[in-house]
Amino acid sequence: MKGDLILRVVAKLFIPFVLLFALYVQFHGELGPGGGFQAGVIAAAALVLYAIIFGRDAARRLVPDRLVEAMMAAGVLIYAGVGIAGLLLGGNYLDYFVLDHDPVHGQERGIFWVEVGVAVTVSGVMLKIFSMFADRGREAELDE
Amino acid sequence: MMAALVLAITVQRNLFSAVILTGVYSFLMASVLVALDAVDVAMTEASVGAGISTVLMLGALYLVRGEEAKPIRGALLPLLVSIGVGAALIYGTLGLPAFSDPAAPIHTHVAPRYLNEAVRETGVPNVVTAVLASYRGYDTLGETTVVFTAGAGVVALLRRRRNREHGDRR
Amino acid sequence: MTSFGGHYSYFVTVLLMVAGLYITIARGNLVKKLIGLSIFQTSVYLLYIAPGKLIGATAPIVAKGYGTYSNPLPHVLILTAIVVGVATIALGLALVVRIREAYGTVEEDRILEEDRGPDERAK
Repeated sequence: MKGDLILRVVAKLFIPFVLLFALYVQFHGELGPGGGFQAGVIAAAALVLYAIIFGRDAARRLVPDRLVEAMMAAGVLIYAGVGIAGLLLGGNYLDYFVLDHDPVHGQERGIFWVEVGVAVTVSGVMLKIFSMFADRGREAELDE
Repeated sequence: MMAALVLAITVQRNLFSAVILTGVYSFLMASVLVALDAVDVAMTEASVGAGISTVLMLGALYLVRGEEAKPIRGALLPLLVSIGVGAALIYGTLGLPAFSDPAAPIHTHVAPRYLNEAVRETGVPNVVTAVLASYRGYDTLGETTVVFTAGAGVVALLRRRRNREHGDRR
Repeated sequence: MTSFGGHYSYFVTVLLMVAGLYITIARGNLVKKLIGLSIFQTSVYLLYIAPGKLIGATAPIVAKGYGTYSNPLPHVLILTAIVVGVATIALGLALVVRIREAYGTVEEDRILEEDRGPDERAK
């Protein structure tokens, strides 16, 4: 009981900072080390920690299964969408130069959205894979 | 130190400790990568290798109930094969450029252009992000698709149909 | 023989690669094989990144006051490789879980026996 309490309190203090750090890594990926992949994995790790300590039901209330599955696909679609936007605005596929009035700003905008798409897919997939493993074990226990 | 660690992993029979040692190995690898100036890669290796990969292996071990026995049957031949491959690889690497050689081919073709032009053309100081998302953006699209496919594959393998559970497993 | 000190990084890489290869082919437990595969993958990351480093240079993030940078191209390739690697390991682990449920074991020898067994009994 006591060990349980320490874990829960520490986790409650810890997890918001980890999520904040994931957002920081995401948006500062252009100025320092970081970017979409790292941010997605760190965010998924924070949510996995939450699921391990507070149980799968609480985690499922926080992030429903449907949302995670939607995130997996949404990221790839965002990425492809940026490419199509390049096509619609007159350039080639995945051409960032035409996305804004100024080619350099277009590049920055394109890179931003592309990294967002990558982070969404990576965090969704990591969380989903963990959920699949965790739920499989749970159902096996319920069977026996 | 990494050599000692890998030796320990090889000999370990208890799968749980092997997985934890693999996590430690990933952290060491991340430190080595920082020493080699690969900061983005180190961050990814630390979070992915020591974080997610270890968690997934432990989850799988829990499902597999951590059977520990690994009986060795005729371990001499694989050992000889591995050492033979290692010797051939070392012979091959002797022809490669020495460590930190500025005249090596990889420093003279495309890399200087990326390093010099990245800030001017994309406005992003982190050259790795610029190359990943802009110059080689198409590859990153493929990689995101691979990640999505892996997730879809795991879902397809592990999803249970609640009504035909027992008929489905065999 | 060319300079030994200059190729030290390759020796370490090959050592790790050989260890990973040995674990993958010599151990019978499927989870152990996947661990060996993961060690093999990380040694390949080292293989690509070590030649990119220039002594005295810094990380490839352009900033005032720094002249030379280490080569960013291997970093990009290996970033992709790491994420694809974890995807592979995750799929491999999912397969191991299903194998465990179908055969009751994850030892390679016993799985092969189970596969061979029913055929011989049917003859």
